[in-house]
Amino acid sequence: MKLTLEIWRQKDANDKGHFETYELDNVSSHMSFLEMLDVLNQELIEKGEEPVAFDHDCREAICGTCGFVINGVAHGHMKRNTVCQLHMRTFNDGDHLVLEPWRAEAFPMVRDLIVDRSAFERIQRAGGYISARTGSAPDANSILIPKDQAEAAMDFAECIGCGACVASCPNGAAMLFVGARIAHLGFLPQGQPERAERAKALVAAMEQEGFGACTNYTSCEATCPKGISIVGIAKMNKDYFNAKLFTGGNLGGKD
Amino acid sequence: MKLDAKIPSGPLADKWTDYKAHTALVSPANKRKHTILIVGTGLAGGGAAAALGELGYKVKAFCYQDSARRAHSIAAQGGINAAKNYQNDGDTVFRLFYDTIKGGDFRAREANTYRLAEVSNEIIDHCVAQGVPFGREYSGYLANRTFGGAQVSRTFYSRGQTGQQLLLGAYNSLNAQVNAGNVDVFERTEMLDLIVIDGVARGIVVRDMVSGEVSSHFGDAVLLCTGGYSNVFFLSTSAKGCNGSAVWRAYKRGAGFANPCFTQIHPTAIPQSGDFQSKLTLMSESLRNDGRVWVPKKAGDDRPPNEIPEDERDYYLERIYPSFGNMVPRDVASRNAKNVCDEGRGIGPTKRGVYLDFAAAIERLGVDVIKDRYGNLFEMYEMINDEDPYTTPMMIYPAPHYTMGGLWVDYDLMSTIPGLFVLGEANFSDHGANRLGASALMQGLADGFFVIPNTLGQYIAKGKHPDVDPNCDEVREVEQGAKDLNQKLLDIKGTKTVDYFHRAMGMIMLDKCGMARSKEGLNEAIEKIRELKKKFWADVKVPGTGESLNQELEKAGRVADYFDLAILMCLDAREREESCGGHFREEHKTEEGEARRDDENYCHASVWEYMGEDQTPQAHKEELIFENVELTQRSYK
Repeated sequence: MKLTLEIWRQKDANDKGHFETYELDNVSSHMSFLEMLDVLNQELIEKGEEPVAFDHDCREAICGTCGFVINGVAHGHMKRNTVCQLHMRTFNDGDHLVLEPWRAEAFPMVRDLIVDRSAFERIQRAGGYISARTGSAPDANSILIPKDQAEAAMDFAECIGCGACVASCPNGAAMLFVGARIAHLGFLPQGQPERAERAKALVAAMEQEGFGACTNYTSCEATCPKGISIVGIAKMNKDYFNAKLFTGGNLGGKD
Repeated sequence: MKLDAKIPSGPLADKWTDYKAHTALVSPANKRKHTILIVGTGLAGGGAAAALGELGYKVKAFCYQDSARRAHSIAAQGGINAAKNYQNDGDTVFRLFYDTIKGGDFRAREANTYRLAEVSNEIIDHCVAQGVPFGREYSGYLANRTFGGAQVSRTFYSRGQTGQQLLLGAYNSLNAQVNAGNVDVFERTEMLDLIVIDGVARGIVVRDMVSGEVSSHFGDAVLLCTGGYSNVFFLSTSAKGCNGSAVWRAYKRGAGFANPCFTQIHPTAIPQSGDFQSKLTLMSESLRNDGRVWVPKKAGDDRPPNEIPEDERDYYLERIYPSFGNMVPRDVASRNAKNVCDEGRGIGPTKRGVYLDFAAAIERLGVDVIKDRYGNLFEMYEMINDEDPYTTPMMIYPAPHYTMGGLWVDYDLMSTIPGLFVLGEANFSDHGANRLGASALMQGLADGFFVIPNTLGQYIAKGKHPDVDPNCDEVREVEQGAKDLNQKLLDIKGTKTVDYFHRAMGMIMLDKCGMARSKEGLNEAIEKIRELKKKFWADVKVPGTGESLNQELEKAGRVADYFDLAILMCLDAREREESCGGHFREEHKTEEGEARRDDENYCHASVWEYMGEDQTPQAHKEELIFENVELTQRSYK
């Protein structure tokens, strides 16, 4: 098949950036979207042009490295998918595709389709964990966890940290990402002792990074490659309110 | 090169306990004076960084990804082994050890493998404490599944994303230590070389992959936790960025490379679909629990699978190996898939594929149970192949997956360069000539969380570790060398892309140094790769500059190392005149076509010493001494 690709090109954070149009012939329907870009890049290099930079690694939809916007939709038009597992058979001959990086204030540009998601790192480091010292753990079966609770934790633990939720939110909010971690650990008995502190620390870090607030568009859930539910956001809000109400501090957001 | 494995004396079951009781310690007040450099943040590296941070060491961790959470441990699907015996089915530490040693075709070191089995139980406890949501029974107890090469059910899992969940556990612990101020993480940073001063590993040269800046970091020990080198085959189940450059450059600085030819070709990957293919996608081995592998009895039978009647199908694993059936170890399953395809009975458009059929399991257990067990894998398969595995058998074919070979390490996990430790897949120690399923995660976490925190202290406590002068000749030389190498690649300005060369090398390696090898084929491969390497250095085209983000330059440096690594793999495979595990030499097989080991002459690890650019490396041996298991012909019949 034949494709017209309009791709965002930007040398670095200081460059203004612009769209560049490329025509690509002989795209096989068996290719993944990234393999199609590989082919484009090989052609560009051979012609003496700079290849399009994009993040990718496992190409199995699990590492969370890849991601960009295709025709306005994060990770493209297929539900519960990442661009590495998006296949060309789902496109039509002659399609015109516009490729842009994640656009969010908290994700500064790096190059072409690559952005800097280190804000996610700083949020996680603020307290998105259970402080379990190596060697301290009791026998794994000493604390029973009902199956449905373990499964619920797993539903949220599946987040791959790709940033599609932020990119697709009109407010550039990271609440699905943060909510997923809070819900995952909150469903487990091991996550209870630090639950209140976790909610406070993560919400504070999130706000500091310049992510927007949630106004219930739910576009995050719609584009999440792992189908993380916005119930996670509700869980986050609940934990945050509980923490603020019962462990001190006012409810005024930034404090 | 002296190879002293430093295996503690005493009975096998007591070695590790005794070692811990007598090893030298570093006082808590002194630990913070020691900087430890850790390269790679997968289960081994991330675990080590977290555990050493908890102990109070000053840790610097480096990864090429934009987040420590993206290391390729994350892609492991099926599970992690432990000898918990929660199923009351007769599992013990010794049995897990024995299965692992036997699965590795008696080419691993007894003491290391036993220790791995021993700490497996602590790993599961720790992971649960970290908040890893393992699969559970309705009673709330942990669930298990069965994996290849074992007759007990000892594999713990989180749906089909066990690696992801374990890595997030390690990553969370790592983050806790970053928050505590004990660990610094350097993302998008690639190691270019190892700094060795007075024969001791003292630092690394790295490149910031965004700015292109090359700089050095110094410490009192360097831990390489950089995974395997399966991408030498170009098409593999590894992530695109996985590479062998860190271990290779350490090898060039004097670290012995053990058993480079021991590579694992995983039996259940999705077959290749075209020339543009960039990687191969694994389908978890756990699928063989309920899936039945078959091909048509007749060569060239082109009917769709559901139209081939039962009596015209050959469930060849069940036929040849009645006691293990579809659950034979990976090397055996892969080799048999290759054999039936070589006979012309392969299926699918390329005829390099076999069926993995769930019809019987669905009939027995119902769709819901199968969906619960493998739902996400089935979804992934359908996404890639556009076929529904609930109604049509999956098509699978072996793919390069894991490398058992790696840098040689002693019982402390230290390489032949003092101060350089190697953990996880990057070392050679635990899996011999073939790795059993669900034991890579086990080894990564064992090395990172439970072994290195106990073995590093001895080295730190007993050495002097004077400060490194950042302007000394050794440092400047290595740093300049790393910069020059990148510039050299950029200056070639040839006509062909890096991928062109990489793909060509991968084809040669897969054909001649893959599932079956022969002296003649290996000689041919060495010749061809040498030629290709020459062409690469004359005609590769690397666009851009070194002073900015340049993904082609990153790839070029890795592929440059792969040429030499590929040649070493072929040399090692040629030298080993026996068949064992994943290393199958056409010249050495039993009458039934199974691998024929030669314990008389090859019961050793082959350790290679670098002798200079394009020079033949020197071969050394570590004899493997088996005091607790009897070397038998591995049989799964």
